[in-house]
Amino acid sequence: MTIKYKTIKEIKKMISQKEISHKEIIQDVYKLVKENVNLNAFITLNEEKSLKKAENFDNNPSDSSLAGIPIAQKDLFCTKGLRTTCGSRILDNFIPPYTATVIENLENAGCISVGKTNMDEFAMGSSNETSYFGNVHNPWGDNLVPGGSSGGSASAIAAGIVPAASGTDTGGSIRQPASLCGITGIKPTYGRISRWGMIAFASSLDQAGPMARTVEDCALLLNEMCSHDIKDTTSLDNEIPNFEDNLNNSLKGKKIGVVKDLDLSSLDKDVIEVYENSLKEFISMGAELVDVSLPNLALSVPTYYVVAPAECSSNLSRFDGVKFGRRSKDPKSLEELYVQTRSEGFGDEVKRRILIGSYVLSAGYYDAYYKKAQQVRRLIKQDFDKAFLSVDVIMTPTTRGPAFDIGSKGSDPIQMYLEDLFTISANLAGLPAMSLPNGNIDNKPIGLQIIGNFLDESSILNFGHMYQTKTNWHMFSPEGVIQ
Amino acid sequence: MSWETVIGLEIHAQLSTKSKLFSGGSTKFGAESNTHVDLVDMGLPGVLPVANKEAFYKAIKFGLATGAHINQISSFDRKNYFYPDLPKGYQITQMTKPIVEKGSIKVSTENGEKIINITRAHLEEDAGKSIHDLFEGETGVDLNRAGTPLLEIVSEPEISSAKEAVAYFKAIRQLVTFLDICDGNMAQGSMRCDVNVSIKKIDSKELGTRAELKNINSFKFIEKAINFEIERQISVIESGESVVQETRLYDSDKNETRSMRSKEEANDYRYFPCPDLLPVVISDKELNEIKDNLPELPEEKQKRYISEIGLESSEAKIISSSKAMADMFEEASKKTDDAKMTAKWLVGDISALLNKENIEIDESKLSPENFGKLIERISDNTISGKIAKSVLEEVWENGNDVDEIIKAKGLIQIQDESLLEQIATQVLNSNPDQVAAYRSGKDKLFGFFVGQVMKETQGKANPKSVNEILKKILS
Repeated sequence: MTIKYKTIKEIKKMISQKEISHKEIIQDVYKLVKENVNLNAFITLNEEKSLKKAENFDNNPSDSSLAGIPIAQKDLFCTKGLRTTCGSRILDNFIPPYTATVIENLENAGCISVGKTNMDEFAMGSSNETSYFGNVHNPWGDNLVPGGSSGGSASAIAAGIVPAASGTDTGGSIRQPASLCGITGIKPTYGRISRWGMIAFASSLDQAGPMARTVEDCALLLNEMCSHDIKDTTSLDNEIPNFEDNLNNSLKGKKIGVVKDLDLSSLDKDVIEVYENSLKEFISMGAELVDVSLPNLALSVPTYYVVAPAECSSNLSRFDGVKFGRRSKDPKSLEELYVQTRSEGFGDEVKRRILIGSYVLSAGYYDAYYKKAQQVRRLIKQDFDKAFLSVDVIMTPTTRGPAFDIGSKGSDPIQMYLEDLFTISANLAGLPAMSLPNGNIDNKPIGLQIIGNFLDESSILNFGHMYQTKTNWHMFSPEGVIQ
Repeated sequence: MSWETVIGLEIHAQLSTKSKLFSGGSTKFGAESNTHVDLVDMGLPGVLPVANKEAFYKAIKFGLATGAHINQISSFDRKNYFYPDLPKGYQITQMTKPIVEKGSIKVSTENGEKIINITRAHLEEDAGKSIHDLFEGETGVDLNRAGTPLLEIVSEPEISSAKEAVAYFKAIRQLVTFLDICDGNMAQGSMRCDVNVSIKKIDSKELGTRAELKNINSFKFIEKAINFEIERQISVIESGESVVQETRLYDSDKNETRSMRSKEEANDYRYFPCPDLLPVVISDKELNEIKDNLPELPEEKQKRYISEIGLESSEAKIISSSKAMADMFEEASKKTDDAKMTAKWLVGDISALLNKENIEIDESKLSPENFGKLIERISDNTISGKIAKSVLEEVWENGNDVDEIIKAKGLIQIQDESLLEQIATQVLNSNPDQVAAYRSGKDKLFGFFVGQVMKETQGKANPKSVNEILKKILS
């Protein structure tokens, strides 16, 4: 009995039918971790405590919704007593004294956090190549990137090690690796999930979300992850619906926005074909396509690469070697303490973004860059508001193509930044968005992005789930279709 | 050549909230290092600030009392710079939308009353403290103070002398203590200020280049630092050079200001809106509630003391000059029917003692209860005014209870008239020459007899009774 490639729903059934004990599940997870050690998906494991928790569930059965479900946590969520590195050398010895709200929510629902997953350093990257702890590999091909920054989480699920993982998405960091690893991932509306305990990259864009094999599982996870948190003033106190309620609603007459300003001509023929095939699938379920205009969409990448670095340049100032994390040895002066600690502790991509951010915020440039970017951001949001007057969801490809080779884009940051072209706008506008598998190109999965209106996760879950009832792309694994 | 001085003050007043501006950490002064520090104050990865409404209410009180505009939507910005006692590498402050704008305050100067305009008053978090002298070759960081709410009160450059700057600071201090939003304790750093000083030719309309004097925390040093700086700038200009824009540090030991950093070396703080905090909205209801509950301010108190209690205007002014004085007066008056006598003692003997020791009344051992009791014992004739002075001295020394001092020392006034008559007769009998002189017209000797009786009774006789008895015997 193994939980390899199993969904949360399936594992819950196995538990309730007593096919497997809680302890056996966790033991199986660590067996799978060891079998897949080459993926480098985990930075830190939590074996002893996880086994103890599982034994507890065996001895005292629980009716919590996710009792005993193994979950991998992205290593930028603070976990009390468990090392949290954010993929960075500067935090390679950091053991937080507290736990992030979203992790607490999941654990309160019964989830067992089996380990901390590898990621691009401070979530800055789209290939998991910027991690201090080394590349993560894509289970679909050893030389392929898993995407980033939540690459460890995506890789662990795609390899069937865990049914679910937490991720964070600042410009596509859940959706892009979900697309490249052939799994499902959701970035909810900004503010749905508390940011307390999430190590900040760009505070106004960062949002945690679930990653899993199916839309259904994501809905289950979302139910537990979302909460209004008084410790995060940007956390929303709107009513949180039961995200499982509308999964099976009919799509008849529902409207899908297709962005006419989106120039797909630079994409591979295969990618366009996969995308158009899924649109046809939705039409066959009764949905209609409606052209929508997002005239400022093309500005989203440059806007993002002003706003996000600006916020990160400030957010990362606290890593100075004074209070926690790595401190450079024997600095001769205060300035040396700062310069050496940060030079040694941060990787190139993080340094690049701190430099860009400091530049765009500096006196004399603020108005031309940061202020302008915020204005454009408002325009992008207004474009979406207008578009959602006439449609229920908007669809685009999640990525420009399937997983690329490790090292193939390393020397050109601009090429890497363009990876986020389709995903970034949802972060800038604060909207919920999902990626789910919708095809394979050269035996590499690729995803479809569904963007929803503000607070309307239910619609994207509905479209996504209905798609997964008609197609089996989500059932593909690197070893073939899961039976 | 004649020079005119232009001064602007940035006063940092620590708001007396229970918890910090963005966390639940305690703001109590004097605790062991790094014990009043929570996750947020430490700036740990992943923590988020939550704005403390109490700090807003206190800032609004200040705004209303200075007739300022209250921004009912105000927001926070980040000021980025590196320093070990700044845990996040940025300070959260209000740059673009401060809670208070455009107020003013009346200041008593040598040349009469002057209105000084207040540009803005904004909320920000304090930094921690770097401790340089405790560890050899290393610097310690104490984050207890980190995150404590400050109200930074920025004046217009309308102050024209060191004395006026001090008067302005005193007026602000008086106001914030009366409003009960800051304890005004300069020694503990609850109020400190940065001073911008420049000079210009009297007929020139353009302001001169200014120097900023950092972090001065006593009235004396403000005056000295400004006067030094004025002289320095005049001599720089008169020697043909020009003043450079810079930050200077006042060294109170040497009584001089020294350059700390020039404009070129100044930080670029890279201000931007703090993405972790939404704008803070103050409702009309909240604003009105604060308005309705504003405490009585010095000027109002002064008027009331004169019209309702009947104090002399000079007494009313002294008593309403500080919150501690006014509190002492009002509390002590509750213990006695004689508010006027309370005022006289406060303005007289007690002020003299305070001046002698150079302390504030709330730093003395005199409690309002004990003070009220002292006045009551005078007015109910238990002790004489003279005895009261000696009782006050003892209370001042050790804070003992007035009634207990009177009892323990047997100071109760002699009320027995026959006993007083006996003593008076004795005094007259033992001074026959003086009695004769008195009778032959030397009226002034009457005082001598009174004094002798008081001496015999060790001051415990009621002077009024002694007067009457002596007159009766001598007539």
